[in-house]
Amino acid sequence: MNTIEFSALIALGSLLAGFLGALTGLGGGVVVVPMLALLFHVDIRYAIGASLVSVIATSSGAAAAYVREGYSNIRIGMFLETATTVGAIAGAAIALHVSGNAIAIVFGLVLLYSAFLSSRNRVEHGEHMPATKLATTLRLNGTYPTDGGMQSYNVRGVPSGYGLMFGAGVLSGLLGIGSGAVKVLAMDQAMKIPFKVSTTTSNFMIGVTAAASAGLYLNRGYISPGIAMPVMLGVLAGSLIGARVLVKARVKVLRYVFAAVIVVLGFEMIFNGATGRL
Amino acid sequence: MSTRSWNDLRIEVIIGALLRTGVILAAVVVLIGAVVYLAHHGHEVANYSTFHGEPEALRSVTGIVQGALHMSGRAIIQLGLLLLIATPVARVAFSAVAFAIERDYLYVWITLFVLAVLLYSLLGSH
Repeated sequence: MNTIEFSALIALGSLLAGFLGALTGLGGGVVVVPMLALLFHVDIRYAIGASLVSVIATSSGAAAAYVREGYSNIRIGMFLETATTVGAIAGAAIALHVSGNAIAIVFGLVLLYSAFLSSRNRVEHGEHMPATKLATTLRLNGTYPTDGGMQSYNVRGVPSGYGLMFGAGVLSGLLGIGSGAVKVLAMDQAMKIPFKVSTTTSNFMIGVTAAASAGLYLNRGYISPGIAMPVMLGVLAGSLIGARVLVKARVKVLRYVFAAVIVVLGFEMIFNGATGRL
Repeated sequence: MSTRSWNDLRIEVIIGALLRTGVILAAVVVLIGAVVYLAHHGHEVANYSTFHGEPEALRSVTGIVQGALHMSGRAIIQLGLLLLIATPVARVAFSAVAFAIERDYLYVWITLFVLAVLLYSLLGSH
């Protein structure tokens, strides 16, 4: 296969990944690495470098739209970024020292977990929680727009949320993904932040987290222009198209299909990693 | 309290514009690099199944800028990717200034910490 064909095929696959990722809210990053590694036989380290770059592109592109709506909380985001960026550098440092096969196994497990999370229905925390001392000191409590005017909310479980965020950062740096699933889990389950706020703030944070490990990957020669170029352009175009048709599409069926694809890819990654094929 | 939320909203609008500009600029530069790269190397065989690591010239900020000035397609793509990585960094730097204007010094320090981590990763981790 020559370079033009190779680039075109990867761009097409990335476009589809970005499109489905935006449509289902699961992010395109999770399928880019398995696609490159399993389908195109790209070394997993190059695949992770390219995926990180595409994660920054989609996160920043989407965040630009979200911040205008007033849902995201920049203080929660910035405070938790102290955990995710340090975690991301730790994750990237680990990635430099372990084998591609070990990374593939961890990747597979994270894919299975993401699919499991997406299949569950999320329940909005009903009543108003009292403010905690730490959240008040850190000025994390905020307001967000609803149909009935501005709604205030209080943030709970700051230490456990912070710990989970560090873990999300490590996974992001190790696997080249946004770890949106873990980020939302931390804010949603541990910190009891409303959905709209946790989803948009998480998206806002993903770009900064990915940038923390992308710098390290670039310095170590893990970001290859020949692969990162079609992946970044493809995923970005796909996610922009996906965001446009989001309103009209029947997303529920698509979510199940995409979750099924992720499960298959997860088992493939674990199998190939365990048998030493990557 | 109402002035603070108004300020927050204004800052968020500027951050949104900053992010969008950064991503568009990066995508355009990557696209230009892609055209140059494929025009010169399009018919070579693509093989990325073994990891070699990129050469020194495509790893560091100075090497990438020099290569891009010499119209190397690969270096122009890397320059675009560098702009993309710099976009969230610029967002964090802007947030530090915004918190300082709001006199929220706790968050100025928190933001500067995040900025230091990002700059270490990008420039200091060689």
